[in-house]
Amino acid sequence: MLMRGADLLIESLKHEDVEYIFGVQGGAAMPIFDALYEAKGIQLIPMRHEQGAAHAADGYARATGKVGVALATSGPGATNLVTGIATAHMDSIPMVAITGQVPTQLIGNDAFQECDVLGVTRPICKHSYLIKDSSEVPEVVAEAFHIASTGKPGPVVIDFAKDAQFAESELHYPEQVNLRSYNPTTEGHPRQIAKAAELIKDAKRPMIYAGGGVVLSEASEELRKLAINTHIPTTVTLMGLGAFPETHELAMEMPGMHGSCCANYAFTDADLVVAIGARFDDRVTGKLDAFSPKSQKVHIDIDPSCIGKNVWVDVPIVGDAKNVLRELNKRVDRKTDIDPWLRQIDDWKTKYPFEYRQKGDKIMPQYVIEEIYNLYSDAMVTADVGQHQMWAAQYFKFTEPRQWLNSGGLGTMGFSMPAMIGAQIGRPDKTQVNINGDGSFIMTIQELVPAVSMKLPLKIFIINNMYLGMVRQWQELFFNKRYAAVDYHDNPDFAKLAEAFGATGIRVEKIEDVRPALERAKEIEDGPVVIDFIVEEEENVFPIVPGGQGLGDLIRNEEEASKGLNGWIRGLA
Amino acid sequence: MPGRRHIFSVLVENKFGVLARVAGLFSGRGFNIDSLSVAETEDPNTSQMTIVTHGNDEAIIEQIEKQLNRLIEVIRIKDITKENHVEREMILVKLAVDTSKRGEVLQIVDIFRARTIDVASESLTIEITGDENKLGAVIDMLKPYGIRELVRTGKVAIMRSSGK
Repeated sequence: MLMRGADLLIESLKHEDVEYIFGVQGGAAMPIFDALYEAKGIQLIPMRHEQGAAHAADGYARATGKVGVALATSGPGATNLVTGIATAHMDSIPMVAITGQVPTQLIGNDAFQECDVLGVTRPICKHSYLIKDSSEVPEVVAEAFHIASTGKPGPVVIDFAKDAQFAESELHYPEQVNLRSYNPTTEGHPRQIAKAAELIKDAKRPMIYAGGGVVLSEASEELRKLAINTHIPTTVTLMGLGAFPETHELAMEMPGMHGSCCANYAFTDADLVVAIGARFDDRVTGKLDAFSPKSQKVHIDIDPSCIGKNVWVDVPIVGDAKNVLRELNKRVDRKTDIDPWLRQIDDWKTKYPFEYRQKGDKIMPQYVIEEIYNLYSDAMVTADVGQHQMWAAQYFKFTEPRQWLNSGGLGTMGFSMPAMIGAQIGRPDKTQVNINGDGSFIMTIQELVPAVSMKLPLKIFIINNMYLGMVRQWQELFFNKRYAAVDYHDNPDFAKLAEAFGATGIRVEKIEDVRPALERAKEIEDGPVVIDFIVEEEENVFPIVPGGQGLGDLIRNEEEASKGLNGWIRGLA
Repeated sequence: MPGRRHIFSVLVENKFGVLARVAGLFSGRGFNIDSLSVAETEDPNTSQMTIVTHGNDEAIIEQIEKQLNRLIEVIRIKDITKENHVEREMILVKLAVDTSKRGEVLQIVDIFRARTIDVASESLTIEITGDENKLGAVIDMLKPYGIRELVRTGKVAIMRSSGK
C-alpha cells in the first residue's frame, strides 16, 4: 500500500515498538505530526521546548532501557534538540532524534528555518541520516534503531525533508539489519577473561570499579555475583549508581572528585582494579599520573576506543559487560586471602563517611536528601547538575539499576525535570522523585506545563541555596570568594510559580517542616508537586579532589579546607 | 613537520557525508590532515581513503584509529606505515619556461621519468609520479626554472604482497 513518507515513518516506528514520541510541533515537521494525529498504538507527548523533548526521550530511555524518540522541526527546532542529543551521546543513551528539514529543492538555499542539522550534530551523535526520498524511510528507521540500541548505545539523528514526508512510497520493513561496517564485539575473548581471572586470583588488594555500562548492558545481577562471590569491594561511578546496592557491606560508594574517601583511597592503594563499563573519566581519576599507581588494571568495555584512552590497561576485554561477567563469574571463587585489605576498607568507611555539620537553625541540604531517602527509598530519582546532584549521589543510597538518572557526562543543567517526565511515562509504576537546584530548575521550568496537563504525580524537590552553588563553591575555594555571576537571590518564589503553572507549590524554610512537606508530597497524586527547600546558602560539597590533584590528595571536610588551600592548583579542570 | 608520519588506509561506504565524518574526527581533536585522497574502488559501493597525518604521541594516533573504526560507515582501517607498503603521489607542475630553457627542463623530465603533458611558448606542464623523496628531488630541481603552479594528488598507498 502506498503511503506518505510521514505515515511510513510512523508505521516504521511502530515496527520498532515505539509507544511514545516526545516532540514540539513546527512547519517542516507538520506532516509527521499530522500522521501522528490519529495514529493508533503510538502517542505523541507534546513538550514545550525541544530541549525538553530531547531530555524527556532520554529520560524515557534511561528509565526503561528502550530507545527514546524525540521529534522537532527544522532550524531552531533542531538546534534546540542539540543539547539533549549531546547529553544522550555523552552518557551513551539509546535515542532517535527526528527533525523535519526544509524541502529538498530548498536545502542549501538559506531557506526559512533551514539549518544543516547533520553538520551541526555530527560530532554529538552516534550516526545520522538525511532522508530525501520517502522510499528510504523503513530502512533508515530500522538501521537507526539498530545502531542506537546495540554496541555502545547512543543517539541517532534522522533529518527528514518535508517534500519526502509528503511523497508516497510502499512500506517494506526490513526483517533484519545487516551493516557490514558495524559489528560490535559483544563476546569477550576467552583468553583475556582467563587472564583477568588469574589476576583476580592473585590480587591482595583488589577492587571493582563499575560504571554506567553495567546499567546499559543490564549486567547488574552479574556484577553483584562477581563482587559477592569473590568478596571484592566495589565502587560504582555516578553513572552506574544502583548497579551495586550501596547498602551492601562491600559497597565503597562513588569514587572521584566528590566521591567517598574510601573509594578514592582504595584506588590509591589497590593492586588490582577491575573496571567494568566505566571509562576512567577525569572526574573519577583526578590527576592521571597519580591515579591508582600500584594497581594492574582489567578493563571490560564494549567500546575499544574507550580502553587505554586515559589509563594504561593490562588486560583489555572488549565485549558486552553482561556476557563478559557471566564468563568471568565461572572462573573466580571467593577470595580468602584479602582480609587485611577488607579491614582497611572498613576502617576507611568507618572513619570517613559522608558527613556534614548542622549550621544554626538552617536547613542543611544534605539533611533534605537524607529525609528524601528515608521517605522515598524505592523511588526513581532524577537529579540535575551541581551541588544537589553530588549530595543526592552521596546521601541517597541507591540499590537498583535505573533507579538514578542524571546527566553525568555532559553535565547538562536543566536535564532532570523533562527527563523525569519521560521516566514517569516509561515507568508509571514508579514514584518519580526529582532532586533539583534553583539554578537548574529554572532552565527547563516550562516543562511543568505538560507535566500538569498530563497530571503526572511528579515529586520535584528543589535544594534552593540561592546560588549557582557548585560554581560558588569553587569561587570560595579557588577564586578568593569572588562570586561572579552566581548570585541567584533574584529567582522567583518557586512555590508560587508552581501554583501559577497549576502544580502544587510548597515553600519550606524551617527544619521541622522538611519531613511533613515530604510526607504531604506523597499524598498528592493528581499532578506535580514542587517543594522549594530554602537551605543553608554557602554549604560546600565534601570530600573534594581539587582539579589537577590526585585522588589521595582529597580534602575530606570543611575543617581541612579551612586550613587553607595554598599549594593547590587553582581552577585546573 | 613534527612527529612521526602515519598513513591510514580507510575503506568506507561510498555514501554522502562519510568524508565529512572522517575529516571531522581529525578537526574535532585539533589534528591536521597532511593529505587525503579519496575515490571509488573497484566496487562502486565503497571508497578508499588514504589519509596522511603526523603525531608523536602514539596513544593519540591509536585513538584516531579506534575512533575512525567507530564510525558506522568505516568498513576497515589500517595504519599502513607499520606495514611493508608502497606509496605514490602525482604532481602536475606548470613551469614558466620559454624555448631557451626548454631543453634543460626536458632533460630533467627524462631523468626522473616524468612526462610532458602540455607545452606552450611561455610554459611547460609536466606530470611526475613517485614517492616523497623523488617528488622532493624533482621539485628542487625545477624550482630555479620558476614554478607557476603546482598541484598534488595527495598520497595513495597500498600494502605489498606478503612475499615482501
